[in-house]
Amino acid sequence: MASVMPKSPRSVRLAAAALCAGFGALLVRAVLAIPEDHPGLAPVVAERIAESGVEHAVTAVLLNFRSYDTLLEIAVLVLATIGVLSIAGSHSSVWAPVAEEADPVLSALARLLAPFMVLASGYLLWAGEHAPGGAFQAGSVLGAAGVLLALSGYARPAWVSRFGLRVVISVGLIVFLAIAVGVMFLGGALLEYPDGYAKALVLIVETWLTVSIGAILVSLFIASASPIEELRARAGDGR
Amino acid sequence: MSQTDIYTLAGAALFVIGLYGLITRPHLIHKILALNIMSGGVFLVFVGIARRVMSPDPDPLPHAMVLTGIVVTVSSTAYALALAKRIYSETGMAALDAPDVIEEPEASSG
Amino acid sequence: MAEALLAHMPALAVVVPLVAAPIAFLAGARWGRPVALVASALSVPVAFALAWLVSAEGEKLRYQIGGWEAPLGIGLVVDGLSATMLLVTAVVGFAVTVYSLGYFADKERYRFFWALWLFLLASMAALFLSADVFNLYVCLELVSVSAVALVGLSGQRDALVAAMRYMLAAILGSIFYLLGVALLYGAFGVLDLAHLAAVLGPDVTGQAAFALITVGLVLKTALFPAHFWLPPAHANAPSPVSAVLSALVVKGSFYILLRLWTDVGDPSYVPGMGTLLGVLGAMAIVWGSVQALLQERLKMLVAYSTVAQIGYLFLLFPLVEIAGSHVVDAWSAGVFHAVSHALAKSAMFLAAGAVLSRFGHDRIDGLGGLSRRAPVTTMAFGLSGITMMGLPPSGGFVVKWLYITAAIESGAWWWAIVVLAGGLLAAGYVARVVVPGFAKARDDASDLDVDAGRLPRRMEFAALALALAALALGVLGQPVLDLMAVGSPASGVIPWTGQ
Repeated sequence: MASVMPKSPRSVRLAAAALCAGFGALLVRAVLAIPEDHPGLAPVVAERIAESGVEHAVTAVLLNFRSYDTLLEIAVLVLATIGVLSIAGSHSSVWAPVAEEADPVLSALARLLAPFMVLASGYLLWAGEHAPGGAFQAGSVLGAAGVLLALSGYARPAWVSRFGLRVVISVGLIVFLAIAVGVMFLGGALLEYPDGYAKALVLIVETWLTVSIGAILVSLFIASASPIEELRARAGDGR
Repeated sequence: MSQTDIYTLAGAALFVIGLYGLITRPHLIHKILALNIMSGGVFLVFVGIARRVMSPDPDPLPHAMVLTGIVVTVSSTAYALALAKRIYSETGMAALDAPDVIEEPEASSG
Repeated sequence: MAEALLAHMPALAVVVPLVAAPIAFLAGARWGRPVALVASALSVPVAFALAWLVSAEGEKLRYQIGGWEAPLGIGLVVDGLSATMLLVTAVVGFAVTVYSLGYFADKERYRFFWALWLFLLASMAALFLSADVFNLYVCLELVSVSAVALVGLSGQRDALVAAMRYMLAAILGSIFYLLGVALLYGAFGVLDLAHLAAVLGPDVTGQAAFALITVGLVLKTALFPAHFWLPPAHANAPSPVSAVLSALVVKGSFYILLRLWTDVGDPSYVPGMGTLLGVLGAMAIVWGSVQALLQERLKMLVAYSTVAQIGYLFLLFPLVEIAGSHVVDAWSAGVFHAVSHALAKSAMFLAAGAVLSRFGHDRIDGLGGLSRRAPVTTMAFGLSGITMMGLPPSGGFVVKWLYITAAIESGAWWWAIVVLAGGLLAAGYVARVVVPGFAKARDDASDLDVDAGRLPRRMEFAALALALAALALGVLGQPVLDLMAVGSPASGVIPWTGQ
């Protein structure tokens, strides 16, 4: 593969190397000075985890102690998706098949695999309560299933309208916001789950987040993907 | 050298390598990748810091921050890639400066 | 009931636009408009209520999200500084929303504008309220992605390239910031700003963290010499977006710097940092103004004026360090500048946008006789120019007065010279537009289509209202100064360590 990678002039590279070396030396000094025995907030989390509704500490931090971060993080994801849609041209191209005529083997395999990927996604969602896992991991697997189907020539089902697409992209954020604000009517602060309801509410939020994250990842992929035919044509035209 | 040091030093190295790539590579995809390498470096520093607690479970706070950071990075990367692709399809250029130096990498006949 | 509502005001300031954003996305091209109007109108009374609450209490208020107290949970903090910034965000946000209803007449092409716009308003509110360094990172990313997406929205070639440059700078800034957060957590084990302030000590890792965060935020604030991305992005964005980018978005990252260097630590925490930021600010004032004098397009002129005006914000840091008994003047000058520049610059960009969309061009040498064709718009531009120059009775005059007082009293008179020189240069670039604008047009100096249609009234008057507000700040400055001083490090409520 004789590809020509563009490079900056030698003077720029030397200056950059000098800059990065100097900066790197300062950085090494700073990270080596990090105290080795600081417990951080781990003891505080350990003390309060019983009240969080979940057993896994990272999930407890993400979906309860610092759920506000997660709420804003999902907002970033939805926002970036809207941004991609806004520059990707026509809305109708979203969730179109990436390949017109897919390999029949790939196509059959994708059909076989997709249900298992949905199952795996469900497992990851459930496992997040007590082990590594959770909405983002589950959503990623769901999204991967969607990308695989798109690559195998499957379009979005006809019953998913443009509006339906917007709903599925934003439903996770909307449910999360509804719960965040809804608990305020029960007398708590924003995102303050009432006693005994934390587990159920976290599960509802995570389930809808999984759906949205899956849909978002598929949308992001397809909105910026070139149709495979175009890529093949470009690779094959002998340039 | 402790476990924390190994991770944080590796993180610092990735950060600097990414920074060098960002400055010297004009190709937009290279720049976006360089930024991702830098983020990876920062996440490793977080992981190293989480490892200071020597109970079986590490400090969950840095892990949670890394997970949030990954989603945020995925989002901004997705948008940046869509932007780069749109710029390429509008202008035929894959870089911001010195368009004369930049061409599509040539595909070999194989 | 009313009391319960008041207690939740900090959360509502974020939640109102944040809930509206996905609704506007679902609502589509047509119904996104009323959703945005209602949400941005609601944000104004919420911001006023918060300002009233803080003034009445006379000290910082905290709101613990999820009921988890810091350092475990994330808090929102409302003091004079954040209440002031929220108020400016709400007022400018509402005026720009009204303007946008006229500006985006092509509903289908800009159908995603309203959702992106509401995300930006929500993220600015979240940023000004956040009391947690990691949460601020997420807020910064929300701000950056929505701002960049709005720049690229038109899909035009120049706008796309400008958006890309902005995006790369913004992501790089975020990564530096995040590395700083990692080191802060490594050194001190907390993320809450107040807890950090309590445990901050002379520590190599902590100082490195402050430096990294500062590099990242300087890049996002576009302080000279990291300003390279700003003029093309601000000039090529749709005009309502330009207004908000210059008025509010760059102030967001400056706000975090302010919190860090005057609330959590002080400018002496990293020796020389205050002076360095001040020197860069001075260079920004000179460089930005000179570039503004040389531009051919109106929106580029206004964008370079932003580069210059950002410089004034950073004069705060060296002056706060050395001003001694006049520390209040130095600190207030910087914050007051953030407010008055927000109002004046949004007015200026909205006026420039009105010219551009009515006459189809914004070449400065073709704008002779503008005042007869578009009197309200020319008036808005001229009035906001008074604030840029810092002439009485504008808000800009208050800023210059306070800065010069602080500089002279602390014996550092050279900062006063920078402030005065910047005012003269601003007079130069404002005059380039206003003098021919009011002159009787010669044929060769005017390229204004006589038949150009009228603009919607609300566009012209939104710009004028903001310009008048900037002017009024000069007369009604004291209530604003009193508000921003509540709970500020300069007010004496918190012991001041930086001498």
